Parts: sequence; structure tokens; C-alpha cells
Amino acid sequence: MTMIAITTHFVPRGQQGSRYPIRSCQSLTRPSMAASEDSNQSKIRTVFGSVLSFFILILIGVLAFSIRLFSVIKYESVIHEFDPYFNYRVTQFLTKNGIYDFWNWFDDRTWYPLGRVIGGTVYPGLTLTAGSIWWLLNSLNIPLSVETVCVFTAPIFSANAAWATYLLTKEVKGTGAGLTAAALLAMVPSYISRSVAGSYDNEAVAIFALIFTFYLYIKTLNTGSLFYATLNAITYFYMVCSWGGYTFIINLIPMHVLLCIVTGRYSSRLYIAYAPLVVLGTLLAALVPVVGFNAVMTSEHFASFLVSSVGTMILPSNFVVNFSLQVFIIIHVVALVYYIKGILSPKMFKVAVTLVVSVGLVVCCAVVAVLIALVASSPTKGWSGRSLSLLDPTYASKYIPIIASVSEHQPPTWPSYFMDINVLAFLVPAGIVACFLPLSDASSFVVLYIVTSVYFSGVMVRLMLVLAPAACILSGIALSEAFDVLTRSIKFQLPGLPENSQIDVSLILFMLLTIKAGDTTSSSVVTQNDAAKTNKNEDTLKERPSRKNRKKEKEHVEKTSIKSQIKKRLLVLPLEASVAAIFLLVLLGAFYVVHCVWAAAEAYSAPSIVLTSHSHDGLHVFDDFREAYAWLRHNTEVDDKVSFLHVYLSVVCLIFLNLFLHGIMVWNCSCILIVFTLLEL
Amino acid sequence: MGFRFDLFIVLIAILSVPVLSDLILSKVDRRIDLTSQVVRITSTLKVENSGNDPVSEVLLAFPEHQEKNLAYLTASFREGKGKGKGSTSSLPVEVVHPQGMPPALVFYSVSLPKGLGKGESLTLDVLVVFTHSLKPFPKEITQADFQLVVFQDSGHYLSPYEVKFQSLSVKLPDARIESYTRLENTKTVGSEIKYGPYENHPPFSYSPIVVHFEQNQPFAVAEQLVREIEISHWGNVQVTEHYKLIHAGAQSKGEFSRLDYQARPQVRGASAFRHLVAKLPPRAHSVYFRDEIGNISTSHLWTELEIEPRYPMFGGWRTSFFIGYGLPLQDFLFESGGKRFLNITFGCPMNEVVIDNLIVKVVLPEGSRDISVSAPFAVKQWQETKLSHLDIVGRPVAVLEKTNVVPEHNQHFQIQAAIQQVHDIISRCLSIHDKLEASLRDLSRTGDVQACKAARKASDGQLKELSKELRPLLAFLQSSPQAAQILPKVEELVAKERELQEKLMLKHTTVADSYEKKSGGKEIENRIASQQQKIVALRQEVDDLLDYIDEI
Repeated sequence: MTMIAITTHFVPRGQQGSRYPIRSCQSLTRPSMAASEDSNQSKIRTVFGSVLSFFILILIGVLAFSIRLFSVIKYESVIHEFDPYFNYRVTQFLTKNGIYDFWNWFDDRTWYPLGRVIGGTVYPGLTLTAGSIWWLLNSLNIPLSVETVCVFTAPIFSANAAWATYLLTKEVKGTGAGLTAAALLAMVPSYISRSVAGSYDNEAVAIFALIFTFYLYIKTLNTGSLFYATLNAITYFYMVCSWGGYTFIINLIPMHVLLCIVTGRYSSRLYIAYAPLVVLGTLLAALVPVVGFNAVMTSEHFASFLVSSVGTMILPSNFVVNFSLQVFIIIHVVALVYYIKGILSPKMFKVAVTLVVSVGLVVCCAVVAVLIALVASSPTKGWSGRSLSLLDPTYASKYIPIIASVSEHQPPTWPSYFMDINVLAFLVPAGIVACFLPLSDASSFVVLYIVTSVYFSGVMVRLMLVLAPAACILSGIALSEAFDVLTRSIKFQLPGLPENSQIDVSLILFMLLTIKAGDTTSSSVVTQNDAAKTNKNEDTLKERPSRKNRKKEKEHVEKTSIKSQIKKRLLVLPLEASVAAIFLLVLLGAFYVVHCVWAAAEAYSAPSIVLTSHSHDGLHVFDDFREAYAWLRHNTEVDDKVSFLHVYLSVVCLIFLNLFLHGIMVWNCSCILIVFTLLEL
Repeated sequence: MGFRFDLFIVLIAILSVPVLSDLILSKVDRRIDLTSQVVRITSTLKVENSGNDPVSEVLLAFPEHQEKNLAYLTASFREGKGKGKGSTSSLPVEVVHPQGMPPALVFYSVSLPKGLGKGESLTLDVLVVFTHSLKPFPKEITQADFQLVVFQDSGHYLSPYEVKFQSLSVKLPDARIESYTRLENTKTVGSEIKYGPYENHPPFSYSPIVVHFEQNQPFAVAEQLVREIEISHWGNVQVTEHYKLIHAGAQSKGEFSRLDYQARPQVRGASAFRHLVAKLPPRAHSVYFRDEIGNISTSHLWTELEIEPRYPMFGGWRTSFFIGYGLPLQDFLFESGGKRFLNITFGCPMNEVVIDNLIVKVVLPEGSRDISVSAPFAVKQWQETKLSHLDIVGRPVAVLEKTNVVPEHNQHFQIQAAIQQVHDIISRCLSIHDKLEASLRDLSRTGDVQACKAARKASDGQLKELSKELRPLLAFLQSSPQAAQILPKVEELVAKERELQEKLMLKHTTVADSYEKKSGGKEIENRIASQQQKIVALRQEVDDLLDYIDEI
């Protein structure tokens, strides 16, 4: 009896220290000739797999781009909503006047008597991105208008986000899960709602930046490479430029670091992943005018959760060093402890620990006491109202009604979960379970990500957008794992499969099914050496190894041993059940696709500036918004003043007019009064 | 009423003016069409020569205040007597300043094809088109008011000649006439006012008439229209027209009630116009109608494009938009003698729109040269360059500008461009020379005389073909006036090139012969040394000339 196990498998990231796919070659009693042949074949398989996944990724990119074009096809290539028009106007200014004028731009046309310092109050990421795309295209003599570039920025970045999701999930659970997650993200309605063509808002590029930052963090965590750590800081900088949601990153990553430290997973890789990010990232973030010293001075979001557990450095006058910096100090302390542990003998170390802990506890108690006193003395504890309402959902409605009045700051209803993430809501728990089998640094990060984002989405419907990528990643993992298990069971149990071709057929069939359902599974289906194999005769052995090679081993599958073999056998599901389950999963996926296409086409593609209605005698277009704006644009003088009732309307008008506009400001209630008086309401 | 005062002076002046020539207008029949904002005056003049000398030109007189609104003037003549007989042909018209004429008049001279002998007569049809001649009165109206306009002209035909018999009819849009000047023999028939017939009026008779009537036709004036016609050799002519439109009628005052307008647009908004109709060329495709904010959803496209601005246009309101459409190339681009020309309409496709300033830009494909424009009337023209899709040097743009354009200007104009031209041909000659040189070098290396001769034969053939191609181009250059300044240079270039060619051939023959005779390398070099010098010098000259022409 000869037996060979050549398996290409991904070692769990961040667990064993080996970061790259390792082909472990365990030649038991087989001639070496066959082994090299098999390794050749497996190489071909790997190449085939990567080429296939490359093409799948391209298709996913095309899907992500094209599903967002419904708005252009059904209506026209036009900027949607109100904030996007403001961003468009800023971009126009940027492309016309250059970056320095943009930084120094004081816009006297907005909020009429006061004006607005644009350069210092916008997140410039989106504007600069679209501006540079426009500049690049025009320098190649492709005369696209600024508007066209702005309209298509969001779909382009959705494709990027899908690819970033692939990379992130691949780092967590391998290629199969990565592809599935990317396909899911490409069409998740929640993200579509913010990134259809024409929806030129910060979120359009920010979600990509968010996912990509997380990917680079995980990549650094898995490789311990300073290169990726630096890239990570730069991507984080881009995220800070793009969206206020960067605070989510700079709080989630420290939380994860803390989690790793607490659960005893500290490693030098963790240090490299975290320390450069905080130092470089914070420095870079402080360069963005709108953030400035907020990067270090405010304790945004949920920092206070951990105030008691980690202790906060507090300086006079409410100078609260933010959460990431607290963790930054902790990780240094831990690094020091590990270093000392390495130097000292175990006995000495114990003595040292007792000493430090007893002194530390005393200091800590003192600090905590001071902290509580100081924090309690300040009414908002150094946070903005919007953030406070995250912690206490009732805060805004009690104290800052103007924040609560914005509909997207309301808590979501249950149906909105179904609308926005659809079947992913049911798959997420399975994904969480899969992440615990086994728990690695990377998978623990994903779990932490989903848990926090679920909480935030529950507070504010707008933050559903942050939940969507996490849900996609976990659902991708869940689906991919489920397909792994089911197809493995089927293959294991299919009676008498002597021909390779048959297996290929079935494999392809499954792949087709899954791809059709939009859930691209990994290019190869996982199987495992099993005890049965050893009983096969020489004939089948020739084909066996090649079949095995194509199948990648999963993380949790450890080296073959009798014990695990028995275990695996027990894990196998009945054939009928597997087939039925696969069918149901495909159905689920198909339902998801149908829902997403419907949501993209019907629910989220209407540019609010034009409305249409269907009636028995055809399509009616309500274009009176633009009628009014166009009239104002063409028939008013440059210095005329126009007063508006609603904040957003004035923002729309910015783009059409060259007037002084007097509108309602969110941050100035007296202004509202003035406008109401003017309009005699 | 300043101009009336002027006219008064004119009339005084006229008395002392001698009769210009012996022409007599034996019958003048004028029809003034006021049904739209454009005033069209069609006059049929029967000209008779009562003097002895043959006359070759007829003068038309216009008061200055009227002349500055004159947009279009054409005179055609009919030989023979009755209507419809004989062929009509338009005659050249130009502004003249005859001596001793009253200052407030502008004269146009119509050149007759052949002198009018004693006692002979002919019939002239003169069409004159005026813009901005209907003045709204009152100047401001509310949404519910109708628009009233005033038109002023002379009841008698203003002419430097004696008029024997004349009549005038004024056609109005409808019968709602507020008031009009009554002369003798005036009557109204429906929406027409008839003056005359009047007999035997001396030269420069002028009797002002004023018509005040209701006019609710669109007063659409394009303050500026930029038409961009882009030719793609992929088979498409893309036309984009940028309009800046204003309602030039009575200013709207007071509030505008959308509700009233929506409910009874005929009553509450009679003076406004809702849409314009554009007649696009047949086979126009990919039509769009947009402005800076996006698609204008109120338009309709049937066989013609109904353009409806976002809001109804009341007096004084402005709007701007652009329309675009594609046309099949083969309908407009033709080829003649190695050159291509585009034949396309000049004005805008919309009915009854007056264009104050029309700019037509014709974007030619990259690399087009020798652009010449021929338009049926005077236009200002210059050239630009436009960088478009993936261009490297940019596309040449021929720009034509004309003010005060009316639908009558909607005629075809031609743009010619020689894409394949002298420069290219000379460059190709030079490259063949290089090949010949290369074959000589090969010869010195390999000693293969046959190969060298074959190369020579091929080059000879190619050079002959090129000189054939060159001939029509040179002929064209000689005939076209624009090329006059570069023509001597081009001719010099061609001559030099021919000389160079001869020298090179001579050298080639010498070398090939020497090789056949198996003379030594030194000997050959000696023999060709003098030729080589000349060749180098000539080549230098040709290159310089090429650069020079390039710069032009």
C-alpha cells in the first residue's frame, strides 16, 4: 500500500508563523517520480486556479460597476441628491483653480451673510480623487467633463471595494471565501444605495478605503512586514481624507489589538501592525485641515467603554488622549513585558510582575479616580453630539434635536436590515461560527468588526453602510465553508467514482451553479485524505493523488492522522442532505441576486432631482426642481440673494447659481429663525 | 421719434438732389410680411431705362435706422414680361456710396448682368429681411396681457428713382390691429392692410406709416449660437449647437403664476412661447437636448425636434441649452481631385429664430491641411485648434462668424481640406532617396549589382507615381487664392526636390556602373565626390524648405 499526501493548504494566518501557502509533501512509501509528477500537476492546478480567480475577479468588478448604472440608464448621467452637488461644485472649483486655491477657498456664496471656509471644512479625499481622475483623463486628451467623472467615481470605487474585500477575506479564510465575499459585496444593496452612478458622496470612496485599510492591517498582522504597515498608514490617511468614518477604523483596530493582548495573542507582528499605523497614521491625519488636532485631542466614539478597563491619560483642561493612543501605550507596556520575560528567568519574572502590578494598581486607581472626576465635570465628555448619540441612542433626541431630525440618523427598523443586507443577515451568524474554527488573529478581527458594526447600525441607519462589508465578508466565509463541507461530503460518498472526468464534470457543475447564483466559490473544492483511500487499489491510486492535489486543504484540517481521519468521516453529511443543502444554498444565493438587482434598479437608483411616475398613459417626468433652478440660473443677476427654507435645497442650488444664498445652517439655530421670518412662516 | 426727425432733414435734402440716372420704376409692388418677428419685404420692381445710355446697375435705398437691422438682401431678376416666365437668377449686391446723396440713406447697388439699353425694361425681385424691427409697445406687460408691437416704414417706396405706379400690402398675423396710419387709398382686408395704388411719385418720396398690432409669435432671439460641426472619418458628422436664447418681446412684469399658466396657457401666457421647432436634416440620429444641469425632459422628437425649454419663455427671460445630433458622413462629405469638401448648412435648424451672433466651428480630422471655406455670403473667419479624444497635435478648426442671422441664411457652405498634400509627397520622395542611398551602401558591402538595380527600378516607379499625385495638388494650389503666399516656396521646394532626385539618380547610375566595370573603391569615390557634395547641399535646402512650409 502506498499513499501520498501532497496538499496545498493555507496555514491559518497569524497562528503558526508561516504566512504563505505551503505545500507540505509527505511522501510515505511512494516512489519519488510520481511525487514530482504530482507536484507538477498541482502547480498547473494552482496556476489554473489563480487565473480562474483573476477572471472571476474581473467579472466581479464588471458586475459591481454595471449594477450601479441603472440610474444612468433609467434616468440620465446626472449627479444625485444634495451633498453630491456640493461635492461636485467643490470638484469643479478644484479642477478650474488648482489645489492651492482649493485649500484657501472661502466661499462667500454659501450661507449668505457668513460664507463658508470650504478648504478647511470638507473632507478632501473624494474631491481630490475625482479631480485627479479628471486631470489624468484630460492629460491623455480624453475630454470628459468633470460631471461625468464625478458621476462614475462611485461605481469605479465599488469595483475597487469588491477587490479589496477579496483581498481581506482571502487573508482571513482563503481564496474561496474571498471570491464569495467579493461577489456578495459587489451587489450588496446597502452599499449600492450609497454608490450608484451619480451618488458622488464621501462614502463612495470611503468604503473602499475602509476595507483596504483593514486588509492592509490584517496583511501586516499576518506577515509582520513593515512595508505593509507603512502602506496601511498611507491608506488610513486616504480614509481620513475621505470620510469622518475614519474614527471607526482608529477605534476598531486598537480594540482588536487590545483583544489580542488580553487573549494572550501578543506577537511582534501585532506590534508592527499597530505601532506604525498609530504614529504615522495620526501624524498624517493631523495634516488634513478638517481633522487637524482632532486626531489626538478628541476621544471619539466608544473610547469611554474602555476608560475603566484601560485607564485614560488625562491632561488638564479635558485633554483626553484618544483611545488609539491609550492602546498605543498599552502595547508598548506589553511589548516591554514580553521583552523582559525573554531576558529574565521565569522566577525572576514572577517577582518582577508582582512588584510592577502592585505599584501599577495603586497608580491606576489614582489615575482612574482623577479621570472620573474630570470626565464627570465636563458635560459632553469631549465628544461631539453625533458620536454621543452613538453611545446613547436617545441622547440626540434629548439634547440635539437637529441631529435627530435627520432621517438617516434614526435607528433602523427590522425591515431595513432585510432590505439592505437581505440573506446576509442570516448567513452572518454562520460566518461568525466559521471564524471560530479555528480563531486566528485575522478571523478575530473580522468577528470584532461585525459585532461593533452591528451595534452601530442598530443605532443609526446610516451606519448600515459600515455593516455591509462586514456582513459580506462573514457571509462569504459562511457560504464558502458550507460549500466546502457539502461538496466534500458529496464527493466522498459518490459511489465508485473511478473517472477523473466525472469528478471534473461534477465540480464544474457545482461551480457553474454557484457562480450562477452569484456566489463564486473557491476555484477548487476542498477535500481531504480519507481512510477509504488507503483501501483503494493501485489503479485508482494513479488518479487519486491528482484529485487530491487540486483540492486545497482548509485551515482547520490538520495533518493527516488516523484520529483526524476518523473525525472527518464523522463530519461527512449524508449524500441526499448535501445535495439538497447545496440546492438550497444556490437558491438562497439566487434570491439574493434577484433582490440586489431589484434594489439597484428600483429602490436606490432614483436621482432625487428628477422624479418619474408610471401611469396608464406612460411615463411622467417631474422635472420642476430643475425648472426652478434653471430659471434662477439664467434670469438672476450675479449678486442677487436667494433665501431657502431647507438646508439641502440651498446646497443643490450652489451648483446652478452664482448667487448669494441664504439657507438654514444645521449648526446655527438662529439662522433658521431668520429664514422662517423672511419667508413669513 | 428721432429717426422721423432725421427723415425730415432727409426729405429737405432730397429736394436739392439731382436725379441719379434716367431709370424709372414703372411699377413697384411691395409686400411686407409681419407674421413673425422677422420682417420680410418682398418688392417687385419694374425698371425702365428712359435715358440714352445703357445702365448696368440699379440702386436700392434704405434709411440708416432700418439698414442697421438689415439681415439679408437678395435681388433676382426675371427677363421677359409676365410672372413665372424665364429663369430667375440672383444678382450681386454691394453697398455703394454715390456722390451727392442725402446722408441718412444707405445705398445698395444691384449689378445687372447686362446693360439696360434705351427703352428696355426688366423686372427685379428684391427680398429684404430685417430683424429687431418690431418694437413692443407697451414695453412691459403682465402675464395676462397680449403683446402689442409697432412697425414703421414708408408708405411710398423710397427710391432714388421716379416711381410711376406703386402699391403696398402689409400682412399681419391676425386681424387684431390696434391702429395704423391711414393714407389715401387705405383699406384692410382681413389681416392685411393695403396701401395704394399711388401714381407718379418723385424720387425719395417718403410718407411714414405706423402699424400697431398684436403679435404673439415667438420672439426667440439667440444672442449667441455656437454650432460645432465635428467630422469624424469613422462615418459621422456630429453637430452640437449651443444656444443662448432670450425672449426679445415685451418685458414681463409682475409675478409669474405657474398655476394660471398651467390652467390657461393661451390666455395667461399668450405672449410667452413654450417651444421651438427644429427641422433637423434627414437621417439625423442620436439627437439630444440638454443644458448644464442635464437632460431637458420636456422635449419631443418626431420627424422634427420640438424643443421646449425648461420653463415657458416670457418677455425678457433668458435660457441656454444645447442640442446635438449625428449625421451620416456620406451625405455631407464629398471628394474631388484628391481633396475632400464638406457641404453643410450654415444657419440654425430652428424656425424663425433670429441669431444675433452666430459662430460656426468646423472641426476637421487631425492632420487636415489647406483648409478653405466658401460661403455664399460674407463671414468673418479664422482658425483654431481643438484637442479632442486622444489627439496628439489637435484638430484644426475653421471658425466662421456672422452677426444678425435669419433663416434665409440657412444655406450650404463648403469647407475644403487637402489631407494628402505636398508636404507628405515630398517627405515620401525623400524617404525613397534614403532607400536608394541604403541600396548603394549595400552594394559597397555585398557587391550585388543586381539587387541594387532592382532597388533603383522600384524607386523609379514610386517616384513617378508620386510626381503624378503632386500635379493636381500643385494645380489646386495655383488656383486657390489662400495659397498664394506659400505657392512660391512650394514651387521652389518641388523644383529643388526634382534636382535632388536627378543628381541622386546620376550618382546611383555612376556607382552601379562602376561596380559592373569592377573599378576600385577609390576610383568610385573620386567619381562621385563632386556629385555627393551637390546632393548634400540640395538635401539641406529641401529640408529647410520643408521646415519652412511646416511652420506656415
